Amino acid sequence: MREVCIVPTGTANVASVCAAFERLGTRPLLCDDPVQIARAARVVLPGVGAFAAAARRIDELGLRSVLLERVAEQRATLAICLGMQLFCARSDESPDAHGLAVVPDSIARFGDGLRVPQVGWNRVLPVGSELLEPGYAYFVHSYRLAAMPPGWSGAMTDYGGEFVSALERGPVLACQFHPEISGDYGQALLGRWLQRSDEVAAC
Amino acid sequence: MLVPRIIPCLDVKDGRVVKGVQFQGLRDAGDPVACARRYAEQGADELVLLDVSATREGRGHALQTVRAVRRILSIPLTVGGGVRSVQDAEQLLAAGADKVATNSAAVQRPGLLTELRDQFGSQCTVLAVDAARIQGVGQARWQVVTNAGTEATGVDVLDWVERAVQLGAGELLLTSWDRDGTRSGYDVALLRQVAAAVPVPVIASGGAAHVDHLLEALAAGASAVLVASMLHDGDTTVLDIKQELRTKNCEVRL
Repeated sequence: MREVCIVPTGTANVASVCAAFERLGTRPLLCDDPVQIARAARVVLPGVGAFAAAARRIDELGLRSVLLERVAEQRATLAICLGMQLFCARSDESPDAHGLAVVPDSIARFGDGLRVPQVGWNRVLPVGSELLEPGYAYFVHSYRLAAMPPGWSGAMTDYGGEFVSALERGPVLACQFHPEISGDYGQALLGRWLQRSDEVAAC
Repeated sequence: MLVPRIIPCLDVKDGRVVKGVQFQGLRDAGDPVACARRYAEQGADELVLLDVSATREGRGHALQTVRAVRRILSIPLTVGGGVRSVQDAEQLLAAGADKVATNSAAVQRPGLLTELRDQFGSQCTVLAVDAARIQGVGQARWQVVTNAGTEATGVDVLDWVERAVQLGAGELLLTSWDRDGTRSGYDVALLRQVAAAVPVPVIASGGAAHVDHLLEALAAGASAVLVASMLHDGDTTVLDIKQELRTKNCEVRL
């Protein structure tokens, strides 16, 4: 049975992530050990809560370099919601905290005149992506990455203007939305990511 | 574009779905897991599960129910009923809830909202507000009622929701106590005022009987509509509702 290593970044609710991977016939394992995370075939970085708290947690667990290596080596890694924001260098939410800076960009709050947090189903439009398909996915967030960083594919979504709803590079996938609770659309995406992780492992 | 959400609500008591008018004369409406599965397959955008058990045994049942529903449910799950502390919320989240709703306990101790926000984030912190019209005043006003409508608090609904959002609520589940279970439509005036008063999403609840009621609520500023008796009675499905919304130029996820 395929194993999926899920990193508990503090207050993240991982039950939904675990349930989604169980429905896909894999075995989710909660794991915060840097050595295991470095070796694992598949790692999921979920995230709800505050940017600073999650960034601090990553450092406390000694995961910063491990996660950066996984991304640099193009090993199957899935970041969800705040997990995707942690790929960025910083966030308006916690200006003094340091993200992983996989991409050098900053996360900013949605503009005025919108209901914030954005809660609900919004349309995902792939941009040069191999894993993502167009469709509705479930979002819950107040901050977002405004523009696609050079060298990445993924997806864009519109909420009072376009923002980045996914970043993708090989088996490295970061979603602003929650695939684990995005119904059939999300399950299918997780299935394709698992498939991709197998292909990478076979190389 | 963000589309409006259609959210079935399961009132669960001692492990069974129940439905009644204003929590009186509760009828058995089935197994929560079977109901959740059915609604998800019909295209529900989210599910709200409210534990209306009053006993400790009932609470234990509720956690089991949340676990069982989570196993099969691939859409968001909000759970409320008797959430009085960060520990209560933590148990529900660990069991598989994506958000927790708090109601009476937050009225008694508003700081609970801040504790929940600080621990889990405002996106996880839903405030359920039961509103009842104050009779005999010139301009329409509403007060907060608690403990399943048995207690009038004298707290003004608009004052409460504004304060609650400042304290940490990231979403409101707004129930018109006058309309709940009556099938006479949402309290549109209440919705309009609350939606204008707060920047967070508002879920309309209480009184829906047909699709035009849902459209009225969305036009009044609701981001989502809660439906219960409309579905439990089996005279319509989430899919029927969404198809009719589409024919009426309301974009939904189908």
